[in-house]
This record gives sequence, C-alpha cells and structure tokens, in this order.
Amino acid sequence: MDVLFHNVRELVELAEKENKLISDIMIEQEMNMSGRSREEIFTQMDRNLVVMEQAVERGLNGVQSVSGLTGGDAVLLQNYIASGKSLSGDLLLDAVSKAVATNEVNAAMGTICATPTAGSAGVVPGTLFAVKNKLNPTREQMIRFLFTSGAFGFVVANNAFISGAAGGCQAEVGSAAGMAAAAIVEMAGGTPAQCSEAFAITLKNMLGLVCDPVAGLVEVPCVKRNAMGAANAMVAADMALAGITSRIPCDEVIGAMFRIGQTMHPSLKETARGGLAATPTGKALAAKIFGSAVEVD
Amino acid sequence: MKFTSVFDIIGPVMIGPSSSHTAGAARIGRVARDLFGRKPKWAKIHLYGSFAETFKGHGTDVAVVGGLLDFDTFDERIKTAFEHAKNEGLAFDIIPETANKEHPNTARIVMGDETGEMSVEGISIGGGKIEISEVNGFKLRLTGGMPAILVVHDDRAGCIANVANCLAMHHVNIGHMEVSRIERGQTALMVIEVDQNIDNRIIQQISLIPNITKVSKINN
Repeated sequence: MDVLFHNVRELVELAEKENKLISDIMIEQEMNMSGRSREEIFTQMDRNLVVMEQAVERGLNGVQSVSGLTGGDAVLLQNYIASGKSLSGDLLLDAVSKAVATNEVNAAMGTICATPTAGSAGVVPGTLFAVKNKLNPTREQMIRFLFTSGAFGFVVANNAFISGAAGGCQAEVGSAAGMAAAAIVEMAGGTPAQCSEAFAITLKNMLGLVCDPVAGLVEVPCVKRNAMGAANAMVAADMALAGITSRIPCDEVIGAMFRIGQTMHPSLKETARGGLAATPTGKALAAKIFGSAVEVD
Repeated sequence: MKFTSVFDIIGPVMIGPSSSHTAGAARIGRVARDLFGRKPKWAKIHLYGSFAETFKGHGTDVAVVGGLLDFDTFDERIKTAFEHAKNEGLAFDIIPETANKEHPNTARIVMGDETGEMSVEGISIGGGKIEISEVNGFKLRLTGGMPAILVVHDDRAGCIANVANCLAMHHVNIGHMEVSRIERGQTALMVIEVDQNIDNRIIQQISLIPNITKVSKINN
C-alpha cells in the first residue's frame, strides 16, 4: 500500500519526472493501493464508462423526474444545436447537453456513475462524450480520461471535500468541472502541468458556489449547474492549452475552496434552507411537491 | 486518507439522485445488516442533519431500507424497497431527528428480531463513501471499504491476543485494528480490518474463544 501523491504538485512532479501522463500515475497508485492488476482496474473503469454512455443516451432521448421539476432540457439543446443557430459553438453546447442529459437521468432515479458525486455526475461524461467527437480517442484514451479526472478528484476529496453537504456546490460541481478540465487537456495532448492549470482555473471560477437545492431535490439548480460546470471545464481547458496559467497554484486553490466551504453557513450546504431553495418560488415548489411548506431559516 | 481508491471518486455506479443521500445511505443500511448478521425483522431508522432535512427527495429512506434488504447501490429494486420490505417481512420506521450530530449526514439504525438487537450509526462522508461511527454505543471508525470483523468481548487479559492468534493461524492479515471499552473490566469491542473476506468457519472459531460474546463481519 503506497500513496504516490497527496496533492497536485506531487502528482504533476511525478508525471514530469517519469515522463508519464497524469492517468499513468493514477493507475499506478490504484495498483499499489488495491493490489489489483492493471487489467482488472481498466475493466472496472470500462464498466463505469459504459454506465456513463448509457446515461447520456437515455437522457438525450428525454426523461422526466418524478417531481416534474427537471427533464427534457438535453433534448431541447440537441434540437437547438441541430438548428445551426447556436452562438457559443456546437462542441461546447454538445458537452452542456450531455452533462444535462446525465443529470436529468440522475434526477429521475436512473442509473449513473458518480463523478465525484451523483449531483455532479454530468460534467465529466458530458465533456468526455462531446470532445470524443472532435478528438476521436481510442477506448483506452477514454478510460484514461476517467483516471485523470479521478486523480484530481482524489486530491480534492482527501484535502478538502467533494460533497455539497460538507462544502457547498463548489465542492461538488466545482470539483467535477476541474476534474473534467484536467482530463480534457490530457486527451487533447496537453502536459501534466497544463492539466493542473486547467483544474485551478476552473475551480477558481466555481469558488463560493452554494448548495441550495429547491425542495432538497437534486434537480434545481443542480442540473443547470452541471451544464455550466461542463462549459466552465471546456473553456478552462482551452485556456490552459493556450498557455494561460493560474496565478494561484492549484493546491492553494483547493485550500481556498476548503476554507470557504468551512465558513459557509449551514443553510447553504444542501439543507434546502437557503439560497434558491428559500426563494418564494423555491418554497412554493417545495410545498407543491411535498404537500407542506419546508421550513426555511 | 479517507479516500483511497480512484473508484471512490469515479463511482459508485448507483441509482440517483444523490451519492451522499442515496448511495451512501444504501451502504450504511447494508453494512448495518452485515453487522447484524441476518435480515432484521424490524428497524428504526433515525435520520440526522441533512439526511433528516431532505430524505424524501433523495430517496434516503428507500435507500437505507434497500440496504437493510442487502441491495447494492446500483440495484434497481432500491426504488421500490418499501414494497420489498413489506414482502420480506421487514417492518420499519423512518424517524427524522432534530438533534445535531457531528456530521451532517448521519443515520442511526436500531434493528432486531426475536433473538437479538443491534444499534449501528453511520455517516455518509461524500461520493458514496461511508464510515460506521458507533455500534451498540461503542464509538469507532470503520470505513466499510475493507472486510472487517467486530468482536464484542469481556475486558479480560489475553482476549485480544487470542483473537489475533486465531486470525494468524488462518493466515488472515490485519490491516487496521481498534480496541475500546466503555468501562474497565466490563464489555469491550475489537474492530479489525483485514485484507480478505473471512469465512464463517473462522467467525465460528473466534466466537468459541473464552470471554467472547459476539462476532460480526463485513465482507467486501
């Protein structure tokens, strides 16, 4: 049992020193920690990839949640892309729609793969299946995308938090977006250092994001936050690939996220007592769904 | 390190909508059942913090019950766990609590049947990962990510060594071990995380060691 990296600095240094990819380091660490073979680990990750693929597909065909709050937006976006009128670009919107598709399936109590959580499960597969069309990766490269994402998520989970209840949505969709950005960079041929810059740039722009689900459901605003997380990841990946760096080092950004989460009021950490959940419409929706008003601070 | 595997981050494969509130809750229920050693006849499920606030929308209640029925996080039957509980003869109460626990996502499951009772408290730490924080009033830290055994025993000299010897004889390697007692000379608890699943023969042998009252296991 040997941990190879505790933070992003160590992760990048290892990759650079050994002339490897971030995904290589994550795979080696997993082999060390679990005592399992490379093949077994790849097979398990491949299964996760299949679940992600199926969730995206299901969402793009249109789903509805039990509450009726979410569903169908992935289809609207795909139709809009097909109309040829999109302003922000087809690839970006494809990532957004596939992130939305996954989270709509999640909200409908469908089967998904948490990345790093269920509420943020759309960002990593959404961006992966969008950039797939542009970069034409091999199956192995697609699986590596998940290991690279996982390496950064591993650092965040052990040095800060990845759940909305513990650290707000910055910990959840924020981490997911950073993970996706780093993985996009690796798949596009960027360096390990550029992966870390992409992660830092993304998370910086998610700092302070509160977790305020209406009626306590993983629907509003979660689905649209996954959309924006995916967009954020795509833009940050492009910035890093363009050679732009973060003035604040990646690990310090993660530290800042941790401290912000710690000082966040409990009403803004998945309790459905603050933020959007506490708006008149948020409260009315909660009352409509559960038949009585949710008490709000 | 709380998270030791990449699959803690990319995974679990699960029924939505929340890894903390649905998958984590299902795992707490399932580990509780493992520790109890059989399907309970009844369960009182106390929910604290965010679990208590938002369990309905997240399916936390059905997930815990699904776990008690031995369903995994990706088992489609979780959605209809209440019906399955009825069919399988598991009576349950969901009790939202207002008390504050150390962790915002905490569940305490008191369960039993005609031959025994057990209380298990678990916390969902994010991304579907859980820790068991209390068993029958004993504070402990058990991740549920490794096979483990829990041994309730009288607080006597040699007891811990005897259990360790028994495991050594069967070539079972101990990864992590915690021992605790409520009061000197009274009831004590060993929590032993091991590298491989332990078969029932070994559990049986440990339970025959003098001063041992109960042995439970979690397989992985």
